[in-house]
Amino acid sequence: MIKHSERLADTALRREQIDAGDYYIAKLGAGEVLRILDLEGNQAADTLFFCADDPAERYSATDTIREQGNVYLSAGSVLRSTLNRPMLEIVADTCGRHDTLGGACATESNTVRYDLEKRCMHACRDSWMLAIAEHPEYGLSKRDIGHNINFFMNVPVTADGELSFADGISGAGKYVELKALVDTIVLISNCPQLNNPCNAYNPTPVECLIWAA
Amino acid sequence: MNHYQTTIAPGGHWSLELRRGTLLRLQDIDGNGNAGLLFYNPRNLLERYNAPDTLKCQHTFKLTRGNCLYSDMGRIFASIVDDDLGWHDTVCGNSHASHIDARWGRRDYQHDRNDWHQNGHDAFLVELAKYGLGAADMAANINVFSKVETDDEGNLQLADGHSAPGSTLTLRIEMDCLMLIHACPHPLNTAADYPRCRIGVELSVAEPMTEDDICLNHCDENRRGFANNALYYLGA
Repeated sequence: MIKHSERLADTALRREQIDAGDYYIAKLGAGEVLRILDLEGNQAADTLFFCADDPAERYSATDTIREQGNVYLSAGSVLRSTLNRPMLEIVADTCGRHDTLGGACATESNTVRYDLEKRCMHACRDSWMLAIAEHPEYGLSKRDIGHNINFFMNVPVTADGELSFADGISGAGKYVELKALVDTIVLISNCPQLNNPCNAYNPTPVECLIWAA
Repeated sequence: MNHYQTTIAPGGHWSLELRRGTLLRLQDIDGNGNAGLLFYNPRNLLERYNAPDTLKCQHTFKLTRGNCLYSDMGRIFASIVDDDLGWHDTVCGNSHASHIDARWGRRDYQHDRNDWHQNGHDAFLVELAKYGLGAADMAANINVFSKVETDDEGNLQLADGHSAPGSTLTLRIEMDCLMLIHACPHPLNTAADYPRCRIGVELSVAEPMTEDDICLNHCDENRRGFANNALYYLGA
């Protein structure tokens, strides 16, 4: 569902551009709003959320899609935790559909998906690994790295149970906005993937903006 | 020993290490059952079954014969060599105590004893703790014998009457692994009574994989996954 936001970029508390292949990690207080902005279009922002009080409770794709009864995320979706509790709500979305089935790219899954000799190409999970290594203050380790959201990615499911990685439906300037319902840690890898047509083989920057509660 | 057979009681849970080359046959004894399944690498418990990689590597939303079950490290824990049903769910997760409580009443061992209303989430927490693992280590699981389909808008629905009594799913274990299993209801099950479905577990020794194997030849991705397994066992 397309839903625009009234929030003005000038009133954001914090703004940060994330280049493709880099990560973003931040605390989002309850009530604060995060906008992820697809600056040039067809980018994928591979995103994880953790409860700040206990990161062992984190975003759960399975709990989220089951409770909303739909595999796609958009405005109105409530993102639920591994304990099946509401963590965030998507309060605006100008893209219309986001994927949470396909997971993040990793050097290891790249060997399976593309070529055994592509194991050294940069991948989202490596960005997350660097983030948790460089930021021990968040208390995250590899065991906390689970099933994510791919904002701006289009992964349609067919009625006979196939999964396709379709052309992106995002474009330059499209965004998604999330309101934190609890104190949350957000960890984003701006996807560096060079082997997938979903970004036209051209990973580009995204911007993160945060507004006060 | 090269053969073992047991039954997981309704609401029961179990875990064990399985060696590569083991054939694991699961049976929905009573029909319309559900078996929660997770895999870990006992040598590195951080390596676990990864539903998103499993789905995207094989461009599928469902699991059936020919599919492989991938770890997050690009390796294959197990392959599905036989399947009576054509569709097993791996996107809906576990039942929680809150689901069970709302539909069939709370878990109450004091009164219900072995007929208590166990839920999938707590069942896995118990098994995980035996290996020093906790909630953070729980991944999206497989719901064997359950079919959850979508319509054009992406709306999810648990198929009714999908699994006839006696239906089986057979896995060939491709890598030494720790398996967690429970016989708790699928989280979308809304039957009038708490579903009491036994899950049969039969372990035996698998025939070696041949070049015409259905899982190896299912897609190029699986061939590369098996190559990663071969590398893991190089010299073994």
